[in-house]
Amino acid sequence: MQNMTEIRWHARAGQGAVTASKLVAETALLKGRYIQAMPEYGPERTGAPLRAFTRISDAPIEVHNNITDPDIVVVLDHTLLDLVDVLEGIKPDGTLIINSLLAPEEVRVKLNIPAGIKVATVDASGIAVKLIKRDIPNTPICGALAAVTGGIEIDALKEQLLGTFGKKFSQEIIDANLQCVDEAAKEVKVA
Amino acid sequence: MAEQKVLAANGNTMVAEAYRQAEPDVVAAYPITPQTAIVEQFDKYVAEGLVHTEFVPVESEHSSMSACIGASTTGARVATATASQGLALMYEELHIAAGMRCPIVMANANRAISAPINIHGDHSDVMGARDAGWIIFFAETAQEAYDNTLVSFRVAEDKDVQLPVMTTMDGFITSHAMERCELMDDATVADFLGTRTAREPMVGGDHPVSQGMFASVGGAYFNLKQGESLAIDSVKPTIQRIGEEWAKICGRPFSLVDAFECEDADYIIVILGSSAGNARAVARELREQGVKAGVLRLKLYRPFPAAEVREGLKNAKAIAIMDRSDSFGAQYAPLGEDVRCALYPMDGHIPTRDYIYGLGGADVTLDLMRQVYSELQELAAGKLDQGKHYLGTNKAQ
Repeated sequence: MQNMTEIRWHARAGQGAVTASKLVAETALLKGRYIQAMPEYGPERTGAPLRAFTRISDAPIEVHNNITDPDIVVVLDHTLLDLVDVLEGIKPDGTLIINSLLAPEEVRVKLNIPAGIKVATVDASGIAVKLIKRDIPNTPICGALAAVTGGIEIDALKEQLLGTFGKKFSQEIIDANLQCVDEAAKEVKVA
Repeated sequence: MAEQKVLAANGNTMVAEAYRQAEPDVVAAYPITPQTAIVEQFDKYVAEGLVHTEFVPVESEHSSMSACIGASTTGARVATATASQGLALMYEELHIAAGMRCPIVMANANRAISAPINIHGDHSDVMGARDAGWIIFFAETAQEAYDNTLVSFRVAEDKDVQLPVMTTMDGFITSHAMERCELMDDATVADFLGTRTAREPMVGGDHPVSQGMFASVGGAYFNLKQGESLAIDSVKPTIQRIGEEWAKICGRPFSLVDAFECEDADYIIVILGSSAGNARAVARELREQGVKAGVLRLKLYRPFPAAEVREGLKNAKAIAIMDRSDSFGAQYAPLGEDVRCALYPMDGHIPTRDYIYGLGGADVTLDLMRQVYSELQELAAGKLDQGKHYLGTNKAQ
């Protein structure tokens, strides 16, 4: 399992993290890879902190536990930084992606993040409010994830998004989400 | 050649798809977490006209199993799904379904039993039903939940079996986690499953019969129960034959037990369900370090594949039996007792240590698996006792 990428998502219920964790997995499946995506189920109250997990691998995935040593950590709500140790267990060369107005350098200082870990920030909420008219930062953060990590292709992500959202939402909403992916991929800042 | 579609799906979806393809005549079910999505999705297929199933939305699991028994005695193909307290509420009817030799397929999304309330995955519910006379499968993955479900219809309805089958997967871990799965085309599944031919239906046909009658005098009950016992004891070759037939079609291997590197293993973990992969991942890691580790996963739990377990464990120096349930007041948890009984007729003694793990969905980390293998090495060296231990709790043993 050398080629397995493990992503841990931190969010509040209602921000679409579970959908995002599946969207990224399904995008990888589209490219012929093996996947796993699961939320950690607890009391499902809007606004409660939650975690979700995505595994992507070139070989069948046989482990079925929560992700303790993530390669990538995605945080959809910056207020969680004061409550949750989002960096817990992250690999020394891992990547942290946060929905935040702060610059990545500021986040690095605030959380005292070692130099080996890549830090990326994007105003995913701002992009969502502007384009979807609601603060659901999941599709923008997926765009940022694709841009920063390279393991997921933007075009494949949008193709999968079309497939997943096409069954549930109007063309207007789908278009707005597709724009969110592009805009966040363009806006994300890395340090 | 059979065509399979690759899709991202969780265990509940894969079971609902298997039910759609099996198209039971009757499904009577009541939703309960974590299997609700099976019932919900299947009901949608009924509403959309994708299947011509009589869906009976009952008011409890006691009623769902009662309705399933009634339907099965008429010769219908019958399926349902449940979990946890729902399975517990069926307790009476589970025995009646087996005693009346009713082929019924029931998915169970394994979940803890109250109290306290817990919706997460463990095997406490299934183990409460292990003596009811049902054939019981444990799936490791969503894919296997699908394969086992299809095989179960054929097994249950086979003229030499005629018994209910519980096809289980771990709640949330398997029922709700999305994985890469393969779905067989409908025509191939329809061809594999065929239709049910009832041996002696209660209604219809030229010779209607009565079933489940009063049998309190003259030893009839005693003799019939022996028949039931012989029936379940003799189904293994049929399961093997049908499983292999499906394996040939779908290209995924089938065996009653999955023995990973057991042939020359010194240290073997025996386990059921979704955590087997974690044990295998650590066993691979240890093999790279020169430690001969193996994993014996039971896919079939009832009837207990004792000969296969013995065969898999015969060369071990130390064995860990891992139970995701407890049997309070008993010497060991259910799998612990089963495996120890299976080993008893063997010459020589292999030291065995029992671990109760992951109750109420407690996460089974790779570190815990490493701990078990490390303790097995101490056990083989005579430095540890052979008792029952809780793994990963904060209480000292």
